[in-house]
Amino acid sequence: MRVNKKIKIELYYYMRLGRAIEERLESLYRQGRMPSAIYLGRGQEAITVGAAMALEDGDTIATTHRDVIAMLPRGMDPKMIFAQHYGKVTSPTKGRGEATYLGDMSKGIFTTVSMLPDFYPVSAGAALSFKLQKMPNVALAFSGDGATSRGDFHEALNFASVLQLPAVFVVENNHFAYSTPNSKEMKVDQISTRAIAYDMEGSTIDGNDVLTVYENIKKAVDKARGGKGPTLIEAVTMRMKGHSGHDPMNYVPEELLEKWRKKDPIDNYQRRLKKEGTLTKEEIVRVSEEIEKTVEDAVAFAEESPFPREEDLVLDVYR
Amino acid sequence: MSTVKEKVNATNKEAQLKQSSYLEAISLALWEELERDDRVFLIGEDIGVYGGAFKVTEGFLDHFGEDRIIDAPLEETGFIGAAIGAALTGLRPVVEIQYADFISCGWDQIVNVAAKMHYRSFEPVPIVIRSPSGAGLRAGPFHSQSPEAWFSHVPGLKVVVPGTPYDAKGLLKSAIRDDNPVIFFEHKYLYRRLKEDLPDEDYTIPIGKADVKRFGEDISLITYGAMLQKSLEAADRLISEGISMEIIDLRTIYPLDIETIIDSVKKTSKAMIVHEDIRTLGIGSEVAANIADAAFEYLDGPIKRVTAPDIPVPFSPILEDAFLPQTDDIVHAATELFNY
Repeated sequence: MRVNKKIKIELYYYMRLGRAIEERLESLYRQGRMPSAIYLGRGQEAITVGAAMALEDGDTIATTHRDVIAMLPRGMDPKMIFAQHYGKVTSPTKGRGEATYLGDMSKGIFTTVSMLPDFYPVSAGAALSFKLQKMPNVALAFSGDGATSRGDFHEALNFASVLQLPAVFVVENNHFAYSTPNSKEMKVDQISTRAIAYDMEGSTIDGNDVLTVYENIKKAVDKARGGKGPTLIEAVTMRMKGHSGHDPMNYVPEELLEKWRKKDPIDNYQRRLKKEGTLTKEEIVRVSEEIEKTVEDAVAFAEESPFPREEDLVLDVYR
Repeated sequence: MSTVKEKVNATNKEAQLKQSSYLEAISLALWEELERDDRVFLIGEDIGVYGGAFKVTEGFLDHFGEDRIIDAPLEETGFIGAAIGAALTGLRPVVEIQYADFISCGWDQIVNVAAKMHYRSFEPVPIVIRSPSGAGLRAGPFHSQSPEAWFSHVPGLKVVVPGTPYDAKGLLKSAIRDDNPVIFFEHKYLYRRLKEDLPDEDYTIPIGKADVKRFGEDISLITYGAMLQKSLEAADRLISEGISMEIIDLRTIYPLDIETIIDSVKKTSKAMIVHEDIRTLGIGSEVAANIADAAFEYLDGPIKRVTAPDIPVPFSPILEDAFLPQTDDIVHAATELFNY
């Protein structure tokens, strides 16, 4: 598959924007400016952005707590991400939901929940809906490695396989479920081998190379769209921050982090784009400036936005 | 294979009657809603080829096809979750859980995904989860439970428990047309035992409205589900004792129709609750608390409860009969309350 220049630049832009958003979230959290917890996906940007870019309008995407930046290529405004963390009424949940549990169905983005991978079955249901309505769309869902221990994971894969649904299931294998290493989660070496049990195609890919991620997930998305059924893709990466903002991650050996720092998905991709002439020094500066302004505007929007009104507390529980 | 609708019509034609069983009323509601709205589909275990464990959907697959009547793998979490996903993307799924006892296998999807969706995302989740509940069929601890109170404690869900064929049909139609997740418990003891004339025309019964099934003067008896029939029996017997019972069928457990309850208690000054579910934190607790709160000064006696004890549903007939509130228990409690 040849990835054209426009897409290459977009992949770069969204990874940079995503990281800038998360870096700002972290500093605002440390300053105590936001009431929300933070769940950072630093080091995993190639997976979230690469997968989201492989989708088209009308497709759905279901993120985990660590994947908020996957919403950016699907059209989520960074202002919404900050407003959500601030608990402001201008956020998509109007301050009812915290952290990265936001969405926008008009853009195909589910408002997911904390339990993982609850949106694997829900995403399979969206795929069923597309199939029943004869719509040419695909449902993509993310899970972490640890959540593949849960029944929801297996039931969703089984359901999607039995009904041959247009679904793509992505596992971000970042080696830790909070503090629990994969050796204590499962006996399989490769999570993608779990697909065998469902007679589903499964593959393991380098989750730190955005072009690899984009190409492989695009292939699975195209296959689903063509009525050829679901795919499980395990993208191997490393969680470079704690589970959440308060987690010092002292259970991860420093050498391991050092090894993965050298595989940083953005640094390596930028170097590659420069080398092949897709990206110039000037363009990098321009992107940096644009991103800085976008993040500044988004933070200002969240800071200036009003909080929800106490009198609206009990509204909207029901339609 | 002849469909439920054809069977009912044929029977009606022969006998010049329009009686339908509680089960047929539910089948008819599903059939008519599938005909009325293309977005409605059914999903559950054994509902297609087999027609459902209780034959509620017999003949449906032949008529509506496998895109509307979906036999699901044995995975409650999986297909409840999938139904939620379908509801969020434009369809109106009706899920059958074969026995209400198995609904707990899909608990997390119901309470964390479906129930909390609209409050956070303002997206409708038009899903109905219908399931046979209740005891009396010698079916033991895992095919007899009454789990309605669990779901009444989850904001975002509506919980419906019809006690008659007429109400079952009208309420199921309302549930399918509702934009919120509705948990719909069908009392399996009533499926083939209770029959009633149903009107030919389309009708619905609003969710959240109780129904006074019998007007009376002395005691307000609040009940629902299969206990409605035992309460009516008790009321018949109490007439000869000179005790006039007002029987309120809640029909919906959440939202609870507090107004109808309070209006009745203000009239009779005495209240009792009868339910098949266990005692602690059953719906009776909530009804009693509401009466104590809003009609305290009208009360002329304690608020009584006739319920199952706080134990699992036992199998052996002698134990199950002792577990279930019986007409005698209701008569006894009502007489005591009357003489208070």
